[in-house]
Amino acid sequence: MRREPLRALALFAALAAVVFVLPAFVNDFRAQQFAYVGIYLVALTGLNILTGYAGQISLGHGAFMAIGGYTASILMIDHGVRDIATIPLAIIVTGIAGVLFGLPAARLSGLYLALATFAIAVAAPATIKRFEGFTGGGTGVNLFGIPELTASDAPLQLFGFELDFNNWIYYLSWTIAIAGYVLAWLILRGRTGRAFRAVRDSEIAAVSSGISLTRTKVLAFGISAAYAGAAGALFAVATAFVNPDTFPVTLSIFLLVGIVVSGIGSLQGLVAGAVFIVFMPLWAQTVSKSPGAPFVVYGGVLIVLVLVLPGGVAGLIASARRLTRRRQDFPKP
Amino acid sequence: MTALLELHAVEARYGPLQALRGITLEVPEGSIVAVLGANGAGKTTTLRAVSGMVKRDGEITFAGKPLRGGPEAAARAGIAHVPEGRGTLTELSVIENLRLGAYTRRGRSVRADIERMADYFPWIPERGDQTAGTLSGGEQQMLALARALMSRPRLLMLDEPSVGLAPLIVREIFSIISTLNEQEGLTVLVVEQDVRIALEVAATAYVLEVGTVALSGTSAELRGDEAVRRSYLGY
Amino acid sequence: MAAFFQQVVSGLASGSIYGALALSIVLIHRATGVINFAQGEMATFSTYIAWTLVTHHGFSYWPAFVVALVVSFLGGVGIHEAVIRPVERGPRIRVVIVTIGLLLVLNGLVTWIWSGEVRAVQSPFPARTIDVGGVAISWQDIGTIAVCLLSVLVLGAFFRCTKTGLAMRAAATNPAEARLVGVRVSRMLAVGWGLAAALGAVAGMLTAPSVFLSPNMMLTVLIYAFAAAVLGGIDSPVGAVVGGLLLGVGLNLLGTYVDFVGSDLGLPAALLVILVVLLVRPAGLFGKPRVRKV
Repeated sequence: MRREPLRALALFAALAAVVFVLPAFVNDFRAQQFAYVGIYLVALTGLNILTGYAGQISLGHGAFMAIGGYTASILMIDHGVRDIATIPLAIIVTGIAGVLFGLPAARLSGLYLALATFAIAVAAPATIKRFEGFTGGGTGVNLFGIPELTASDAPLQLFGFELDFNNWIYYLSWTIAIAGYVLAWLILRGRTGRAFRAVRDSEIAAVSSGISLTRTKVLAFGISAAYAGAAGALFAVATAFVNPDTFPVTLSIFLLVGIVVSGIGSLQGLVAGAVFIVFMPLWAQTVSKSPGAPFVVYGGVLIVLVLVLPGGVAGLIASARRLTRRRQDFPKP
Repeated sequence: MTALLELHAVEARYGPLQALRGITLEVPEGSIVAVLGANGAGKTTTLRAVSGMVKRDGEITFAGKPLRGGPEAAARAGIAHVPEGRGTLTELSVIENLRLGAYTRRGRSVRADIERMADYFPWIPERGDQTAGTLSGGEQQMLALARALMSRPRLLMLDEPSVGLAPLIVREIFSIISTLNEQEGLTVLVVEQDVRIALEVAATAYVLEVGTVALSGTSAELRGDEAVRRSYLGY
Repeated sequence: MAAFFQQVVSGLASGSIYGALALSIVLIHRATGVINFAQGEMATFSTYIAWTLVTHHGFSYWPAFVVALVVSFLGGVGIHEAVIRPVERGPRIRVVIVTIGLLLVLNGLVTWIWSGEVRAVQSPFPARTIDVGGVAISWQDIGTIAVCLLSVLVLGAFFRCTKTGLAMRAAATNPAEARLVGVRVSRMLAVGWGLAAALGAVAGMLTAPSVFLSPNMMLTVLIYAFAAAVLGGIDSPVGAVVGGLLLGVGLNLLGTYVDFVGSDLGLPAALLVILVVLLVRPAGLFGKPRVRKV
C-alpha cells in the first residue's frame, strides 16, 4: 500500500512530461486544440470540486467563466494590463463573485439550485449585452488591436525557448491546469475536502459533526468559481476576443457533460472530460456535417453515461484497477 | 370452507433483516382471520408480502391461483389492503378517495356504491368535498376502510385499524367489519395489537413471533390458552 | 391609458404561454419530483413538426396543431419510458442530468433535421385588431390567451373528472397508496410526461408566430416558465398559470415603463424573481410551505 502514492506521483510526472513535450510532435492547429483541453481542464477541476465533492450542482458555470473572461479582457483593453497578469486578478474577481453567489445559493437545495444556476446561464449573455459601456455590448471586446499585451505579435522568449502564440497559450494553460489540479488534490485530501464530502453525503450528519453548511458551501462556490475565472481568462487570452456568445448556456452544459464523462466526484478522469469537450465536435462531424450533430452526440453521451456508466471514466479506471489488483492478490498456484 | 388465501413457507426481508422466516397460514372464504403478535413479529410484513409490497419467497395462493407481482396486481386480483396509518390519499377529497377505490372496477355502479358507503358511514355525504388530510384520525381510518370496500374486494386486509383511535371508534370500526362479514360474506385478514377485540370478531387467529407462526387456533381456543392470556391479553 | 391596457393584454398573451409551459413543468415536478430542463426543447420540436405539416404536407393550421399534439404526447410517453424511468428512483441529480442531455439531443436534432435557419410562421389568427373601449387588442393576443386557457381548463377537467386523471393525481401524491388500489404508477407517470409534452407543444406553437421559429426559440420562454412556476409554487398547477400571467404582465409593463429594463433585461428580471422567491418564500404564492427535508 505504501507504494501507491509513489506510483501515483510517478504516473503524474510521466503525464506532465507528455504534456510538456507534446507540442513538439503535433502541428500548430492541434497544439491550439490541446491548449483548449488545458483550459477546460481548469474549469472542470473547479466544477467537480463544487458538484462532485461538495454536492452542489451548477448548471451555470459558464457564467463564472464569462466573469473571468471579461475581467481579463477589460483589464487588457482598458487598463493595459499584460495578458498573464490579468489571470490572477480574474481569479480573485470571479472567486469573490462565487462567494457572493454562494451566500444565497447555499440555502437552495438540489433541484432549486439547478434551476437557479441554469437561469443564470441563460440570463448571462443578455445581462452582458445590456451593460454596453462596460462590456462592449453585443460586439464584445476585441484584443487583436493590442498585440503588445499578448504574445501574438512576436514570439515570446522564455527560459531560452522561443514560443509562438499557440505554444505560449498551450504552456500557459497547462501550467495553470496542472497547478490547479495539484491544488485541488491538496484541498480535497485535507480537512476542507472532508467537509465538502460530508455536506454532499448528508447535510444532517455534517451539521451534527460541527460543520457549518453555509461556510462550507460558500467556500466551495468561491473556490470553484475561481477556477472557472481562471479558465475564462485563459479563454479570453487564447481567443483574443470575447462577446456574450463566447459564454452561451451550452458552455455551462458542456462543462456538466465534461464532469459526467470524467466521473463526478473524482479527479482522475478529468483530462478525459476535457478532451471529450474539445474533440467531440470533430468526431461528430464524421457522423454528420450538420451543426446540430455535436449537440446530439454530447446529449446522447450524457444520457447513456448516466444510464449505464454513472462513474464516468474515473469509474472505469477504478474497476480496471480492481480487476488488476485482484489478479495480483491471488496469483496462480 | 375452502381457503381463499393460502401462505406456505413465506419469507420476506428488508435488506439484511429477515422479517418473515416461513409463515404458513390460511384464510378461509367468508371468515375473519386475525394476525396477532408483538411489535416486530412480522404482522405488517405478512400483509405486505401478500400484496407484494416487499420482496417475498415461498408460495402465496389466492383464489386457487399463485399471486405474483406488485401491489397493483394484488389489487386487481381482488385484494384490498388498508395499510398501517390510515392509507388515505390525503390530498384528494373524500369522494375522490372513494372513486379511486373503485379504480380497478370497470363500471357504472360506482355512484351506487358511494351511496352504499353512506349507509355504513353516515358522515360521508356531507363531507364529500373535504380534503381527506383534514379529517380526524377516526374518520380517515373509516374512509380508508370505505375506499377499500369500494373495490368490492374478495379479501380485505386491515393493518392495525385501531392504532391511535379512541376505544369507541375502534368498536364502531370492528362492528362494521363484522356486519360486512356476516351480511355480505366478506373475507377479512386483520392485523391487530388490540388482541381482545380482534379475538372477539375473528373466527381464527395466528400468533406470530419473530417471523414465524408461534400459535394458531380458533379464537375461543386462543382465549382459553393460558400462554396467550398471559402474554397478550394480560389477565 | 389605452396604451397601458394594450400592454396588459399583450402581457397576458405572453403570460398565458409562460403559464402553459410552467404548468407542464409543474405537472412533471408534482409527479416525479424532478424539473424537466428539456421541456422547452420538446416544445420546439413539436412546433417544427406542426410547421412541417403545414409547409410541406399541405395541412391547414388546426389539423396540424392537433397532429402535433398527438405526436408530442406519444413522444413524451416514449421519452419517459426510454430514458427517465430507468433513473426515476435514483438520486434526483441523475434525472436532472438526463433531462439536460435531452435538451442537447433535441436541440441538436432540430438543427440537424430542419437546419438552424430562422423561419417565419404564420399565425392562425387574423392580423387585425379589435377595438374594446378604445383599446386596440390584436386577435393574435386574444387567440393566444384563449387557446392557452382552454388547454389548461381541458387538462384541469381531465384531472378532476376522469378516472385516469384521478389515478394520475394519486400516483403523483401518494404513489404507495395508489399502487394498493391498483393504479399502475409508472404508467401514470408516463401519461404525465405525455400530457406535459402536449401542453408544452401548445406553448411552443403559440410562441412561434411572434418570435419566429428557430432551434433556440423556447430557451427564453423556458426561463420565464421556470420563473412563473417558482412564483406560483412549483407544486401548484393553479399557481403556475397565475404565476405565468403575473410574470407576463409584469415584465411587459416593466419593459415599457422602466427605461433601465427596456427589452433586454427580461431574462435577468426573471432570474431575480426566481432567486427572490426561492430565498424568501420557496413554496411560492400558492404552494403549501413544507418542512424542508435535508
